[in-house]
Amino acid sequence: MTVTEIPSQLEYGPAPESREPGIDWIAQHDARFGLFINGHWSAPEGGEYFDVLNPATGLPLASAAEAGPHDVDAAVESARNAFASWSQLPGHTRARYLYALARQVQRHSRLFAVLESLDNGKPIRESRDIDIPLVARHFYYHAGWAQLMHTEFPGYESVGVVGQIIPWNFPLLMLAWKIAPALAMGNTVVLKPAEFTPLTALLFGEVVERAGLPPGVVNIITGDGRTGELMVSHPGVDKIAFTGSTEVGRIIRRTTAGSGKKLSLELGGKSPFVVFDDADLDSVVEGVVDAIWFNQGQVCCAGSRLLVQESVEERLLAKIRARMERLRIGDPLDKAVDIGAIVAPVQLQKIQSLVQQGVEEGAEMWQPSWACPQEGFFYPPTLFTNVSPAATIAQVEIFGPVLVSMSFRTPAEAVALANNTPYGLAASVWSENINLTLDVARQIKAGTVWVNSTNLFDAASGFGGYRESGYGREGGREGLFEYMKPAPREGAISGETAGEPDATAPGVPPIDRTPKLFIGGKQVRPDSGYSTVIRGASGQVIGEVGTGNRKDVRNAVEAAQAARAWSDSFGHQRAQILYYMAENLSARQDEFAGRISLQTGRSRDDAAEEVDRSIERLFTFAAWADKFDGLVHHTPFRTISIAMPEPIGVMAAVAPRELPLLGFISVIASPISMGNRVVAVPSEAYPLSATDLYQVLETSDLPAGVVNIVTGPRAAVASVLAAHDNVDAIWYFGDDQGVRDVEAASAGNMKRTWAHQEDRDLWLLTASGLDELLLRESTQVKNIWVPYGE
Amino acid sequence: MVTAVRQPAAMPEIRNPGIALDLDWVREVRINRSAVERRAATMGTRRTVKKQWQAAWLLNAIRCLDLTTLAGDDTPGNVRRLCAKALHPLRQDMEDDLGAVGIRVGAVCVYHNLVPVAVDALSGTDLPVAAVSTGFPAGQIPLPIKLDEIRTSVRAGASEIDIVISRSLVLTGSWRALYDEVRAFREACGDAHLKTIVASGDLATLRNVGMASLVCMMAGADFIKTSTGKESVNATLPVGLVMTRAIRDYAERTGFRVGFKPAGGIRTTKQALEWEILMKEELGDDWLHPDLFRIGASSVLTDIERQLSYFLTGRYAADHHFPMP
Repeated sequence: MTVTEIPSQLEYGPAPESREPGIDWIAQHDARFGLFINGHWSAPEGGEYFDVLNPATGLPLASAAEAGPHDVDAAVESARNAFASWSQLPGHTRARYLYALARQVQRHSRLFAVLESLDNGKPIRESRDIDIPLVARHFYYHAGWAQLMHTEFPGYESVGVVGQIIPWNFPLLMLAWKIAPALAMGNTVVLKPAEFTPLTALLFGEVVERAGLPPGVVNIITGDGRTGELMVSHPGVDKIAFTGSTEVGRIIRRTTAGSGKKLSLELGGKSPFVVFDDADLDSVVEGVVDAIWFNQGQVCCAGSRLLVQESVEERLLAKIRARMERLRIGDPLDKAVDIGAIVAPVQLQKIQSLVQQGVEEGAEMWQPSWACPQEGFFYPPTLFTNVSPAATIAQVEIFGPVLVSMSFRTPAEAVALANNTPYGLAASVWSENINLTLDVARQIKAGTVWVNSTNLFDAASGFGGYRESGYGREGGREGLFEYMKPAPREGAISGETAGEPDATAPGVPPIDRTPKLFIGGKQVRPDSGYSTVIRGASGQVIGEVGTGNRKDVRNAVEAAQAARAWSDSFGHQRAQILYYMAENLSARQDEFAGRISLQTGRSRDDAAEEVDRSIERLFTFAAWADKFDGLVHHTPFRTISIAMPEPIGVMAAVAPRELPLLGFISVIASPISMGNRVVAVPSEAYPLSATDLYQVLETSDLPAGVVNIVTGPRAAVASVLAAHDNVDAIWYFGDDQGVRDVEAASAGNMKRTWAHQEDRDLWLLTASGLDELLLRESTQVKNIWVPYGE
Repeated sequence: MVTAVRQPAAMPEIRNPGIALDLDWVREVRINRSAVERRAATMGTRRTVKKQWQAAWLLNAIRCLDLTTLAGDDTPGNVRRLCAKALHPLRQDMEDDLGAVGIRVGAVCVYHNLVPVAVDALSGTDLPVAAVSTGFPAGQIPLPIKLDEIRTSVRAGASEIDIVISRSLVLTGSWRALYDEVRAFREACGDAHLKTIVASGDLATLRNVGMASLVCMMAGADFIKTSTGKESVNATLPVGLVMTRAIRDYAERTGFRVGFKPAGGIRTTKQALEWEILMKEELGDDWLHPDLFRIGASSVLTDIERQLSYFLTGRYAADHHFPMP
């Protein structure tokens, strides 16, 4: 073996990582894998198996079981049985198990990495240096939370059996994101890896066995979408956690509507990558590589929309093209390869057809001069310029190595373009001006914003979407609430005392009052021109309220949208207004108590107590307005990682039937204290306590449009709100049918829902648990990563 | 199979003449340290070379080596020994087996006092002698003396002059003064090539490194070089990224190609390969040859020899199996 001549051009040559350990492991199982249920490996009852391909060759690696109804039943039952004891274990015990899983993953890290690259097609550099270390980190981090759960989260308990469905782009990492927090918080799981990439999950099943976890705590079942459907609709599952496409997320939302299942969804994205003219452009280029050519661009938070300031556009694009020319594509097991294989032919075809569409719609396509390997599923890095926001490729998630570029002129235009998408998963902002970066980071609607960086992940930082990118967070303290629920409450004070309704005094009739709707700070007549008669407890007519319809809802939502400034106001300002509302309500305490009594037939004393509590609740959320702080996470980077609760935007609040004043105040106080604008629907039976509030709102300096009130037929109004795409979240408290309808309709724009059966006791709680619940449901957490160092 | 190695030219045919000082350009320099460090951290994990490719890269690293001794106890004896090693960096049997007959390092780098010795030892070859100059390493001597030192070294036969810049001019933002200083050095060099040491470890920030690199190139540097080897922090990959990107920027805007020399702290094969990878990735293949790339080091050579020996024999060798420099 000699080096005959030093070539004038030094080539890299092949640098293969050995695939043998992975192939051997598969061979040890005769290339055929069963289901891991209740601590045992079993064949699927239906006897069906499917092929698992190596995307780099297109050839089968192994076959895996298709779990059918019986298998899903068995897995859920096994998880249910294990839950009883697992959830009651001391946190320290669970911490030991999670620690063992972390250590196991580290000990077998190279086998996991090789298998992952064989199965998924991602470069070994990524599986070895990014995926697998993050998996271990996730288990370590959550071992810590298992240890601390009881001291840090008193009043919370485990959710139960969790069904977890994960995608093929980061097979083992997504497994870790799902399983680690679930187990830490005392849940048991049934996890289904994607059918394209089940192998590392199956190896993980063996690791679970070796780590000695009690049988049934972790069940791994393989299968395609049919298995997923069985899990989603299974009555024995208490929560579904899903990562995947928005399209499937929508189906899951509709399927689980009204089932009472807790739901967290991490969906698609079309994340902006914003470059200002004072950025370090050479570093930006590497950021682009990490944003869109990481994992072949098959990344939900891929920075796929490059937004670049016009003055540096040409320079930057030239640099990017030069860099693309140097990217290396090929065997994923080659240690010097940047881009591996696309996971499956269907994904490759999707990329090809979207690129074709981009070309047909007039965008300019650029690809490097080198060619892709012939066998296997490969696609070259691709840059589109001359793209308008109207182009399909600028709107649709391609989930491949395709970057679209657009220019902007001003920071405001950059923000507008960044937010011009139904998604809101992540964003990246590049500038050496910290004022500008933080300003833009605040304005972009996304769950994660990376300043001068991209695709940084850590267990300590919550990851998840705004808008149609889903809800729920994975990682960080904020992610734990997906796997906990408030424990059954004790000591709720009954607010009701039976009493005689006040007799109406005879004599001069009261002056007739016309409660209209309250929209945009004005009392407006209902569009329908109809009013609904409201009767008191004894059946007497006590008032008439406007019968709101869909146009009134439309107008109310528009007014709420227009009141944007409220979301940018300071907590201190909002607190002052909430205090003022309490002050003005207090001045009319007797009147409001009388009205409650008149409507409900409850005693004056009891009604007066409801008013007292309403005033107190306003004080409570006035207090919280400037105190519901975020966190600074400890991520292992030289970075300030800020987890910041932000208002969700426009929220619909359908108030409970009972407790006409307290119920109503409760559903508006927390949202507005956190900076949301609200469209509220009062109790259909007892709306007058809400309509009486108009004057309180008007005299309390509350800006127009922050609270809008639409009276009328609750089911009809709620369904319009639930289906309205400009409403970002909806709270609903009513009957089962209403909960189901609201949850199903919310799938339109994947708005967050908090919908429950009427629970009168909830609103009477004085414990801090209620405050926290309301505050969390009124906010979404944005994680901003700010690396520092000059 | 034995093939003679073609020793490429030591310097590019067209020297960078420099350009007028462009302060707008200098002030435009933006360096994001965290992003640069992230890129640097994966330089050696995104790329690697194995087997015969690695051997070829290591032979290339030898060709680009400025074999250096810069010690207070340097004597004619050890400098002659260094020169002998420079002409025969590999043991003859390895040279033969690797097909690298006639391989030599890029230059020998010494203090001025040892220039005549090195020139004498290398006479009859065209291996260049480089002299560190201008009050190396701190540069805290008057300008006329610096210029005199350069001229004296050139007269003594040094064909490359490694100067140190006045760090104070960078730290005080005196770009005009820095430009004038380096311009004067360039004139003093005449036909000898000018390598400007920015002493990155003294410059406090990567942005200063980037701006200083740019000013040196505008003033006519043939090479920009990271360090003297005497600062507390020497050649690091983040600094290398900033400097190579400055070279690229300068080449794109002016058409003149400036060389790069990392120096100080480079002791292992792995480091040498990382620097080569950085050159290929950031500047391309043209910058992988000694006319535009030098590695300032000495002990790294032994480590490279060990690695090449392993490549040839499949066994790990002891240091004492290789002729010492």
